[in-house]
Amino acid sequence: MSDINTGMVEKYRNNFLKEVEANVEEGDWVKMCMQCGVCSGSCPMGPYWDHPPQELFMMIRAGKRDEVLTSTSMWMCTSCYNCIVRCPRELPITHIMHGLAHYATRLGIEPKGQPTRQFAQLFWDNLAKNGRVNELWLGVNLYFMNGLVEGIKVAMGMAGIGFGMLKAGRLSLKELVGGHTVKDKKGFKAMIKKAQELEAARIDNAQ
Amino acid sequence: MAKEYSFYPGCSSQEAASSSNYLKSVQSMCDVLDIKLNVIPDWNCCSASIGYCGGGELPRLALSARNIALSEQHNAGQDIVATCAACWLATKETQERLDHDAGLMAETNEALAEAGLKLKNETKIRHMVEVLIEDIGYEEMGKHVKKPLDGIKIAGYVGCQTNRPFGIEGESFENPKYLDKFIETMGAEPVEKYDKKVSCCGGALAFSEPEKSQALIKDIIEAAYDGGADMIVTPCPVCQMNVEVYQDKINAKYGTKFHIPVTYYSTLMSVAYGKNGKESGLNGQIIKAEKLEAIAGK
Repeated sequence: MSDINTGMVEKYRNNFLKEVEANVEEGDWVKMCMQCGVCSGSCPMGPYWDHPPQELFMMIRAGKRDEVLTSTSMWMCTSCYNCIVRCPRELPITHIMHGLAHYATRLGIEPKGQPTRQFAQLFWDNLAKNGRVNELWLGVNLYFMNGLVEGIKVAMGMAGIGFGMLKAGRLSLKELVGGHTVKDKKGFKAMIKKAQELEAARIDNAQ
Repeated sequence: MAKEYSFYPGCSSQEAASSSNYLKSVQSMCDVLDIKLNVIPDWNCCSASIGYCGGGELPRLALSARNIALSEQHNAGQDIVATCAACWLATKETQERLDHDAGLMAETNEALAEAGLKLKNETKIRHMVEVLIEDIGYEEMGKHVKKPLDGIKIAGYVGCQTNRPFGIEGESFENPKYLDKFIETMGAEPVEKYDKKVSCCGGALAFSEPEKSQALIKDIIEAAYDGGADMIVTPCPVCQMNVEVYQDKINAKYGTKFHIPVTYYSTLMSVAYGKNGKESGLNGQIIKAEKLEAIAGK
């Protein structure tokens, strides 16, 4: 268990709802859920979730900390926003799902092998490097995220689509070296670093 | 006089990126409608809806805040316009959240100061389709049609993020009509009661969990065929790519025979406005839009 995770367990004891309210993006909305289940019924990936949003909200209130934070469920959010617009209590459910996923990552207890977790991390690393997404490297890193052998298999399966995109001028091998970038990379990185520091300080100090 | 906007093209519209053909058709369309797009200098990625693993709330807000601040500095007084659904959504969400939370706003400005920027957060954030509907209007859009898209039946696939949670003023979440009106205005026929109009294509999960996403995409295409569509049109780069490029994979898995072109609303408009295939971005199709090509010529 990571140090920060141990620290949070000690700090909040059995009050996981309080922990979520303090540390998870839009977490202070969780208590507003009235368990109607419209979110769960509206989710395009719903059938694959071990715990749909409504259930996660109840589990948070019941203090099921490990079950919630190690769940693969919220990582399958497609950000379609069906749940948000249909929720009669207007909970920002999509954002809470992203927030729970991020918080689990911050604590180091997220489900490491969940493929969308891996992709979401690749996407962030990709954009944080140059300030803009490099689609070629995003694809290459995605295909090889489970090692070389698996990667070659996946890449061969996707070769047809890749060639199609190249031919249509919607993918460029020029992106292999360098590629698109912001000009003020120094300022961009300093901004991100500062934002990360401010957020970490706020969460560490959360009461 | 040209209407001027501060333009946020986004990563997928960059040169030789996955929706560079979208940008091409938008430029042709704007040329006809006398819309001038002033690119936000040195804009950055908005992190779409998938940056949340590595990126916490504040770093993600800072991304869009930087774009808004740059726009306020260089394109002062101009509304920000995005063509990508995710860019529009992330930027608009940032504006709203910072507007409601003074603490986050102060922290965001502290982070922005590291890049020598300051956010006022007073700029209107709009999607290109809002500009077309609200600033240009259907009547004016129709006046420029030189080659009506006669005889083409089109499923207007609105998808998620151009529709939810903000959507387009005056439209419903469950059955928005504007894309059908665009289709009609260009002289084509919209599929009535296209029942996957606002269904999800899987978004970024098309990359990470392809089987699950392709099951959703299959339904979107099937419903278009059920409605008698010759092609599908969408306002979103992720929808366009997901629904166009995986058709062979879906055919292999499900035994279907899908082969239906998927273009942008701006592709239709560019062709109807008399631009040629290249100017309309038709060479960017993986599944060729043959009926549009026949109208556009070479």
